[in-house]
Amino acid sequence: MKTASTLCAAAAFALCTLPALAQKTASQGIDEYRAMLQDGNPAELFEAKGEDLWKKARGPKNATLEKCDLGKGPGVVKGVFVELPRYFSDTQRVQDLESRLLTCMETLQGFNVAEIAKTPFGKGEQNNVTALAAWISAESKDMKFNLSQAHATEKNFYEVGKRLFFQRGGPHDFSCASCHGEDGKRIRLQDLPNLTKNPGDGIGFAAWPAYRVSNGQMWGMQQRLNDCYRQQRFPYPGFASDATIALGVYLGVNSKGAKSIAPAIKR
Amino acid sequence: MKKNTQIAWASLAVALAAVGCASVPSVAELNQLTDAVVKASFRDQGAVKVDRITATDETNRACSAADVAGQPLNEKTAKAIEEMNLKAIKWPSNGQFIGDWKEGEKIAQSGRGLTWTDKEGSANGGNCYNCHQISKEEISFGTIGPSLYNYGKIRGVTDPKSPASQAIVTYTWGKIWNSKAYNACSNMPRAGHMGILNETQVRHLVGLLLDPKSPVNQ
Repeated sequence: MKTASTLCAAAAFALCTLPALAQKTASQGIDEYRAMLQDGNPAELFEAKGEDLWKKARGPKNATLEKCDLGKGPGVVKGVFVELPRYFSDTQRVQDLESRLLTCMETLQGFNVAEIAKTPFGKGEQNNVTALAAWISAESKDMKFNLSQAHATEKNFYEVGKRLFFQRGGPHDFSCASCHGEDGKRIRLQDLPNLTKNPGDGIGFAAWPAYRVSNGQMWGMQQRLNDCYRQQRFPYPGFASDATIALGVYLGVNSKGAKSIAPAIKR
Repeated sequence: MKKNTQIAWASLAVALAAVGCASVPSVAELNQLTDAVVKASFRDQGAVKVDRITATDETNRACSAADVAGQPLNEKTAKAIEEMNLKAIKWPSNGQFIGDWKEGEKIAQSGRGLTWTDKEGSANGGNCYNCHQISKEEISFGTIGPSLYNYGKIRGVTDPKSPASQAIVTYTWGKIWNSKAYNACSNMPRAGHMGILNETQVRHLVGLLLDPKSPVNQ
């Protein structure tokens, strides 16, 4: 590449660059950019941080999270991500990964999780929840989503999630389905997965948490859904609120059999 | 917040016990539960208030229910919704339908406005390119809506002020102002009706689509 540009400078610049440009359309350029994104994923840094946080004694109780039950028993991390959200009998709630992490941070470490839920994304303990989610999701990489629908509450959450997915509202009348209800659509140049069914391995629900190159941020599923609702011109969904969890159940159950690539890398 | 949801769940459990079918709640019960979840989960943020989704109109409610059921609205309901929205269209107060296509292009490009991170009172965009191809020069366009490239040309509009063009000019204004007047459950926002764009902005967009000098019609 360096040789080529030196040659360009030596010869007539315009003559050298123009044919190269002409051969490449704008969308090819964008494809190349996307391919370059796959070279390295900074999400690994967050995974490492998350693993450290899991094993580190923290909070008012100065305890680790190593006894946290994410659905497969205390301390089991492998394979839990692709079965969340699910019903937990101790809290009598359906919980997603981030909601369940809050429960463990409260019961094991003594954190005030209502405070954490109110903390804006990217600030304070929220960053730790995201890092933990990144590591825990990575421990289920390449595993297939298989959410339980055995408990009546899980079934009800699916039905509520479906209703939320199709709920039109706000000044723009948008629902989730306005953008994610059909195959092969896009916003501007961004491809939109059809989330009313399994959109395929590593797509949609199977891609978050993810590192976002455009803003250099690591996002969990909660933040992904939050920003969807922001762009939908909806009011603010509470962190780990039942609406976000019910939507997660709808998306996760629809993604049954899809391979998880989380934490993914996104534009 | 959490308490509200728990109350909702408790009352659902009571309702289910009463009908004696704890495993299969009815559609009405699930709708009720969804309403309770929405109330407990969303909050106001800046200028964005919760009533944006709790106080939606009949059009949105009927279309959401049809989407959940996976069946389009029946013809009668769809017609009624379209008539209701058609009646609500505000036509240009000065009789002028065609504005400046250059301004229209800027509005079509802008996706700003009405989110909780937008500054209150700033000008809203039309979000048009998010879903439509419009001018040929802009390659970053979405595909949720149909291509609008050559919109006026294809429809034979050579002079938007001529009587021959009147029907298409009127329709174009109406469609942008209130898309649901022509398709009850259209994916397209009701830009004028819902106050996303004002009359002047809609006029510029009609110009972008129908002015023979607009890049759309080249």
